Amino acid sequence: MTEVPVIHGMGSAVKRKEDVRFIQGRGTYVDDISLPGMVYLDFVRSPCAHAKLRSISTEKAKGAPGVVAVITGKDLQPLGLDWIPTLNGDKMMVLPTEKVVFQMQEVVGVVAESRYAAADAVKLVEVDYEPLPVVTDPKKALEEGSPIVREDKRTNHVFHWEAGDREATDRLFEQADAVVGQDMYYQRIHVSYMEPCGCVAYYDSVKGTLTIWMTTQAPHVVRTMSSLITKIPENKIRIISPDIGGGFGGKVYVYPGYIVAAVASIVTGRPVKWVNDRSDDHPSTAFARDFHMRAKLAAKRDRTLLAFRVKAVSDHGVFFGDANPSKFPLGLFSICTGSYDLKAAFVEVDGAYTNKPQGGIAYRCSFRVTEAVYAIERLVDIMAHRLGIDPAELRLKNFIPPEKFPYRSVMGWVYDSGNYAGALRKAMEMIGYEELRKEQEEKRKRGELMGIGISSFTEIVGAGPSHTFDILGIKMFDSAEIRIHPTGKVIARFGTRSQGQGHETTYAQIIAQELGIPIEDITVEEGDTDTAPYGLGTYASPSTPTAGAAAAVGSRKIREKAKKIAAHLLEAREEDVVWERGRFYVKGAPAKYKTIQEVAFAAYTNHPPGMEAGLEAVHYYDPPNMTFPFGSYICVVDIDRGTGEAKVRRFVAVDDCGNIINPLIVDGQIHGGLTMGFGTAFMEEISYDQDGNIYGANFMDYTIPTAVETPKWETDKTVTPSPHHLLGAKGVGESATVGSPAAFVNAVVDALWPLGVTHIDMPLYPWKIRRLLEEKGYALDK
Amino acid sequence: MTALIYPADAKVGLELTVNGERRVGEAETRMLLVHFIREVLGLTGTHVGCDTSNCGACTVVLNGRAVKSCTVFAVQANGGSLLTVEGLARKGRLHPIQEGFWEKHGLQCGYCTPGMMMAAYDLLQKNPNPTEEEIRRGISGNLCRCTGYVKIVEAIHYAAQKLRSDPSWRSGGD
Ligand code: FES
Ligand code: FES
Repeated sequence: MTEVPVIHGMGSAVKRKEDVRFIQGRGTYVDDISLPGMVYLDFVRSPCAHAKLRSISTEKAKGAPGVVAVITGKDLQPLGLDWIPTLNGDKMMVLPTEKVVFQMQEVVGVVAESRYAAADAVKLVEVDYEPLPVVTDPKKALEEGSPIVREDKRTNHVFHWEAGDREATDRLFEQADAVVGQDMYYQRIHVSYMEPCGCVAYYDSVKGTLTIWMTTQAPHVVRTMSSLITKIPENKIRIISPDIGGGFGGKVYVYPGYIVAAVASIVTGRPVKWVNDRSDDHPSTAFARDFHMRAKLAAKRDRTLLAFRVKAVSDHGVFFGDANPSKFPLGLFSICTGSYDLKAAFVEVDGAYTNKPQGGIAYRCSFRVTEAVYAIERLVDIMAHRLGIDPAELRLKNFIPPEKFPYRSVMGWVYDSGNYAGALRKAMEMIGYEELRKEQEEKRKRGELMGIGISSFTEIVGAGPSHTFDILGIKMFDSAEIRIHPTGKVIARFGTRSQGQGHETTYAQIIAQELGIPIEDITVEEGDTDTAPYGLGTYASPSTPTAGAAAAVGSRKIREKAKKIAAHLLEAREEDVVWERGRFYVKGAPAKYKTIQEVAFAAYTNHPPGMEAGLEAVHYYDPPNMTFPFGSYICVVDIDRGTGEAKVRRFVAVDDCGNIINPLIVDGQIHGGLTMGFGTAFMEEISYDQDGNIYGANFMDYTIPTAVETPKWETDKTVTPSPHHLLGAKGVGESATVGSPAAFVNAVVDALWPLGVTHIDMPLYPWKIRRLLEEKGYALDK
Repeated sequence: MTALIYPADAKVGLELTVNGERRVGEAETRMLLVHFIREVLGLTGTHVGCDTSNCGACTVVLNGRAVKSCTVFAVQANGGSLLTVEGLARKGRLHPIQEGFWEKHGLQCGYCTPGMMMAAYDLLQKNPNPTEEEIRRGISGNLCRCTGYVKIVEAIHYAAQKLRSDPSWRSGGD
């Protein structure tokens, strides 16, 4: 027998296939695309957060050297493109005709021969603004008499949404022995992908085709929407999402730049490139979070947690653009009972329009799961402190026990599998929890501030079963198309779009596992709507749960056909043919076999009579349920009583994402997510003053973690496979962003609890902590 | 001394050594080096991630030192010697820094990677045996939003070791 080749299937920590081009500077990001005759689009942006447009004068700009076109809202109006639908049934202004609604909003597009000429001409456009009263606080926006952001809506109230059982929750709160409550603000943050948004649009007037290379996570949805809006037939629109320099949810939205670039190409007959500067990108693209919560948790004397309630106000900026499934205006926030076996819960949320850009990005999270996890994990911690018991103990007592899975939460979710105590115990062991608590006690006696924070989160990913989940009516399935060439090499195309998650490797590993073909022989392609099968794209972590499963089912379809061909080649009955990774043989005679490669060749040269030639499959996978990854994180901080700085001494993350396809990639995803959570907890915030001026418009004012501040993450896993997923995998891209912020805040509050501090809103800036220390008479002056 | 004042959009001819080869090109006096590299020389491995000199995606090695090429005018590089990510590998052999990033999963989306590797190149030239602390400081001018840095640090450690044990990589190249 010949050697079985190394295929790098499931579980192999193989190096990534895509890296070969990235490490040699040969990736192709949008800004790397250059077409003959290409011109550049730049924007005049509004200095005001809310103002009437008295007049726009473009004459000087039009006469400037190199300028080929100037586009205003009035030019888009006759095309019906001055407003376009958002992903949530609302609409979004592309360019204004009457008034501007947030600072740095695109007002006029200027197209010129070079990016420098375009930037020059932007300064020559004269816009006369008449300032209007501004509202940036969503609670104020909902008050009577507040300035109206959207005349077409006549109110700043976007929606009221409720989930859970109000009466049952009320009753349990009445019966409770202990109730804790906390107001918390989950601040507005920007995903801050390293590559700003941009596109190259080219309308070929002879062929009538529109091609857009764009920084999008969802090319097919963009194509369908573009066709519906512009009436250009869908077969004449091609959206290509090339290499993407990070997305994290922020590149799901359709921004004005894409639309104006396309129109500019139609007007000028030339390819048009638009790429945001960072200082334009941060203030004008969508935001995440910005969520004001009032949370309450009830418990019995015996420390059983009973019920949870949240009343929240959610700031959506000027357009309700959240890329949520249609049935869930507030995403999956109702996962907020988390890892605990609660008896009832109730949440109610009001959404508000304000003079800020649209919000609601599912920032590395399945639609508001991060806010939900933060709320419950903070409150459980506060409860433990109030009751004077260890936060780990309270969690262990109230976790949903392993034998209760599949578990139906009081909010109606059916959790697939879990072993929450297993993950927490492992994390406690890794970090040496008991000793740390002893050390803390000692330090407290000496007046030193040390804190330990836990977060035991449950995530919900993999939208989704199409009966429940759709975006604008398009069901949330995902797809794979796999084709085996005669020589046994593979091309596989997917409806998803990697933005760094390593799909080219993980999908190849899944196919390798199922077909026994080495990953080197498998090419994975995504992101081109002309070639890839239809898919919703990559956000809310669907890729492993849905597209990964599509790859597995597609491969199995191929294997079935291959088996028939093998039987023909082996002159055996199909029932007698046995599959063993990479080869078929006749039962009892393993020495006589046909490899999958030989079978592939036969599929085109010697297939059984009556059978269609070829070896390929397409599969659209619709998962039976979501998957529920979970984990426990423990953070240790030391607080400097002089500066107020909270230094993360250690951070242990135990994740359970079911079966693992590539441990290297999973670790990378967790590290990245933890670092984002760290940024959220300690340094990231976009805020506005009352006039609507943005703070945090670029990397000078919006600080994201560098290698210097970022802790050295310690990670490990437990493995509880998803029973309903073909590969037993759950998806991991988002767990750490979702789960970690509560661990950091819990650690800092744990350190300060003896001083009477129960909560601090993120980011936990040193000055905030220093101020608290001063108030409590605990600050040191060095 | 009379100062020569050029209008911002006046074109100037440049000549410099790029990845070991002599290259000529034309640039407006105000053109940033990063745009010259990407758009005139056609080397798109060097990226732009910000407009405030914070991200380091544009890092290249100019005359032996790492610089943020968005913060240098193209004309300032005239007559100089430039090393970009495209020049790291030699004769089809990956540079140990590239190898390290691949081996240790030091990249995800890859956008920060070329700048990160050039910063590492500069660091390892000055300090062939850096501690973790020194590596973290050495790349503190480069932002990565995907990896959380742990694996980048490992990648640079790997490269340092490789470079110390393989003298053929020492000196030259740029
Ligand atoms: S592009 Fe960000 S520092 Fe140069
Ligand atoms: S790998 Fe994406 S920014 Fe570093």
